[in-house]
Amino acid sequence: MESLRKALQGNVRQYGMVIALATIVILFQIWTEGVLLRPLNMTNLMTQNSYILILAIGMVIVIIARHIDLSVGSVAAFTGAVAAILMTRYDMPWFIAVILCLALGAAIGAWHGFWVAYVGIPAFIVTLSSMLLFRGLTLVVLDGATVGGLPEPFEAMGNGFLPELGPDTGLHNLTLLLGLLMSAVLVYLEVRKRASSLRYNFEVLPMPAFLVKLVLLVAVVMVFVFLLAQYRGLPIVGLILFVLIGIYGFIMQRTVIGRHVYSIGGNVDAATMSGVKTRKVDFLVMTNMGMLAALAGMVFAARLTAANPKAGVNFELDAIAAAFIGGAAVTGGVGTVVGAIIGGFVMGVLNNGMSLVGIEVDWQQVIKGLVLLLAVAFDVWNKKRTAVGGGAGADTRETPPPPDDLLAEIEHERSASTRAAPTGGKV
Amino acid sequence: MKQPMLEMRSITKEFPGVKALADVTLTVHRAEIHAICGENGAGKSTLMKVLSGVYPHGSYEGQIFFEGQEVRFRDIRQSEAAGIVIIHQELALIPELSIAENIFLGNETATRGIISWDKANHRAIELLARVGLMENPLTPVKHLGIGKQQLVEIAKALSKDVRLLILDEPTAALNDDNSQHLLALLKGLQGKGVTSIMISHKLNEIEQIADEITIIRDGRAIETLDISQGAVDEDRIIRGMVGRDLENRFPHHTPSIGEVMFEVRDWTVMHPQDHGRTVIDSANVSVRKGEIVGIAGLMGAGRTELARSIFGRSYGSRIEGTMTFNGKEIHLKSVSAAIDAGIAYLTEDRKSLGLNLIDDIKTSISSAGLHKLVKGVIVDERQEVTVAQGFRKDMNIKAPSVEAGVAKLSGGNQQKVVLSKWMFTDPQLLILDEPTRGIDVGAKFEIYGIIQRLADQGRGVIVISSELPELLGLCDRIYTLAEGRVTREFTREDADQESLMRYMTTHKR
Repeated sequence: MESLRKALQGNVRQYGMVIALATIVILFQIWTEGVLLRPLNMTNLMTQNSYILILAIGMVIVIIARHIDLSVGSVAAFTGAVAAILMTRYDMPWFIAVILCLALGAAIGAWHGFWVAYVGIPAFIVTLSSMLLFRGLTLVVLDGATVGGLPEPFEAMGNGFLPELGPDTGLHNLTLLLGLLMSAVLVYLEVRKRASSLRYNFEVLPMPAFLVKLVLLVAVVMVFVFLLAQYRGLPIVGLILFVLIGIYGFIMQRTVIGRHVYSIGGNVDAATMSGVKTRKVDFLVMTNMGMLAALAGMVFAARLTAANPKAGVNFELDAIAAAFIGGAAVTGGVGTVVGAIIGGFVMGVLNNGMSLVGIEVDWQQVIKGLVLLLAVAFDVWNKKRTAVGGGAGADTRETPPPPDDLLAEIEHERSASTRAAPTGGKV
Repeated sequence: MKQPMLEMRSITKEFPGVKALADVTLTVHRAEIHAICGENGAGKSTLMKVLSGVYPHGSYEGQIFFEGQEVRFRDIRQSEAAGIVIIHQELALIPELSIAENIFLGNETATRGIISWDKANHRAIELLARVGLMENPLTPVKHLGIGKQQLVEIAKALSKDVRLLILDEPTAALNDDNSQHLLALLKGLQGKGVTSIMISHKLNEIEQIADEITIIRDGRAIETLDISQGAVDEDRIIRGMVGRDLENRFPHHTPSIGEVMFEVRDWTVMHPQDHGRTVIDSANVSVRKGEIVGIAGLMGAGRTELARSIFGRSYGSRIEGTMTFNGKEIHLKSVSAAIDAGIAYLTEDRKSLGLNLIDDIKTSISSAGLHKLVKGVIVDERQEVTVAQGFRKDMNIKAPSVEAGVAKLSGGNQQKVVLSKWMFTDPQLLILDEPTRGIDVGAKFEIYGIIQRLADQGRGVIVISSELPELLGLCDRIYTLAEGRVTREFTREDADQESLMRYMTTHKR
């Protein structure tokens, strides 16, 4: 229990957001008299926020690399429009249009990356320019009108669900199956991590606490899956989202390029002098954001079943807010993909919950604004609180503790480290 | 009879879990220069923060008497109002603003909120004259060298009618000329009744100008030495600081030197922006296996520029000349190419170029050799911890764990982390730029030992240092650099401080 308490204590930043999300969910669950967690509403919550969450994944990486991207809303609208035109006017097969538009998004991102990384113009300016530029081009491409009549498989990206398999059980079998699979993967990863820790003689949670953790993890996944399965199962966009979270979480935590993004965000000069190709990293980060913006744009068009010149307005602000609520630092170098997703859900549940209880849209804005400020303020306060003593005071603490305590400390701080979010664990 | 101007009585300051100051008593007399010495982390800066109100009254125990009255400062403004001004090691000037604007920042000469710049500039000229700085007060501070910026800081202090001036490592970033000027200025101010407290690692300077020395060790005031009583030399001070005698400030070492491993010939580097300005002029430098080569030069001689132009052209433009490494001519176009070739460069500025201060120890150590930890596409984090723990033990990095943030380490331990980072890349040639700057004596000794160990492993080491005794004690061969040219090459035997200095100040005809 002691180590569990310690792990929780050192992990306020990580768990803080999860607890905040849970609190909001419980509050609205009570307030809406159970409507919030109804299967239909859960499904809506996921599909309504999917495009913002996709953007938030790219945005948090951009923010970690100490940049910003204000153009994502306009780029999403533009690529969505181009996709719609390609499929309706030129009868292009939907999957070729999707791939072309992802490439188009990447090219737009590369355009930003070129100016940011190789010319040295602040990303704020470059993407502000693109925000106007691509909003204009969207109007040009669509001729100011809404273009509908999109192919069905394309629309499924926004509205579709996984197909049903097997006998009619009243529940969605494939979704349940995926849930079981995911639980198994999570359990496997946790067990492997524990075994590896033991092999290196790092301290691990005692067996009973470890089991409790596993049961909780599986329970959360299965309750979620069970709720979705009661309606129409996992939306296709949900699957896209989980895959993206897995891939990008993995890249940011476990690969060299991910480390390099964190290092240029933390201290670009030190990174340069350590051999990090900072321009290349900046370029890739911006390019990737462009590609994800294109994906978000197509998902949005698919969901609306039409490309609209007004699509994507203010998306950038929601994505940026999600990243910051999820613990990213304005100065760069800090943040996680999972954090940004949680941040996005905090905003999403607030939106959804407030609509359900009938709070008017104008007041919703006011409340969301305050929540953003409070979330970041909490983070700043928490950082100050944990930075005990600091400066010269902490310097005097130079005698290393005995080995046993040391190992405990390592394991505890490992999990507490702001970016040590296990890629699979929190999905 | 000397009168006490400042008395700090039984000051105790605790941070959660740490006692930074324990029952420290400090007495400073009127119009004296009082030096405070101690290893990094001993509590010097904390004591000064207590004095200047950064840590407000109530957050510490004990009493402070200034000019006979007990004072209880709530913040810096109150202590400045009383005439106590602190000049920090990292200068607090705003580069884009002019000298005059900086001097009067926060203390503007205004009537009803409107600044009279004529009046301000006029006063600035007077103040600059007092510190011996002949500059137009409208000059932006960014155009001044670090030495002159230091003088602007002092002029700023004088503008506040300073009675007690506190200087934290005032000469750490200055070359000898500028340091001497600054010390003479302090002496001059002393003659006009200004009392100074000076925190410094440069013991020869303390010996030169201080009247009394208080030594702080592990948060306690160990002793106060009165220089006028005599019998205080550097070794005496060092003994007080580290609590032990350092017979020899350099570890004993017998070099074993092999053949030439690295050489640049006719190395010429132009200024990165001003392509017509020669920064390095046909320099020839070589390093043999197992050899420690020193580069001596004053600020602006081009030492760091030379090192960085070698390290993957991270400085300069239109670089000409040849570079030979292990018998082969090589062309390094980027820092990563230099690292791959087996060159490491430890930057002069640890905090802004050497470390990512929000990182922890293990991530810092792995940052330059990350590809060595890659399995498939994954960074092996277990291996990373193991590597970091190995270095923590080898290098004696004092930290609770390898997960501790580097920002909280003392200078010496930070430097060991940076050294570990480069050793992890397993370089053939290490270029160490001011490896012991801002590091206390005990840690210096350890770092000297590490440098010698690196050389004994057959690596070549280039040490750039402003401290001549350091070069003389450590290096097998020393190049002197002046205005971008190598003016002479010394072997250890025929070098001494005077001859080095002579060739460091050789000017072009």
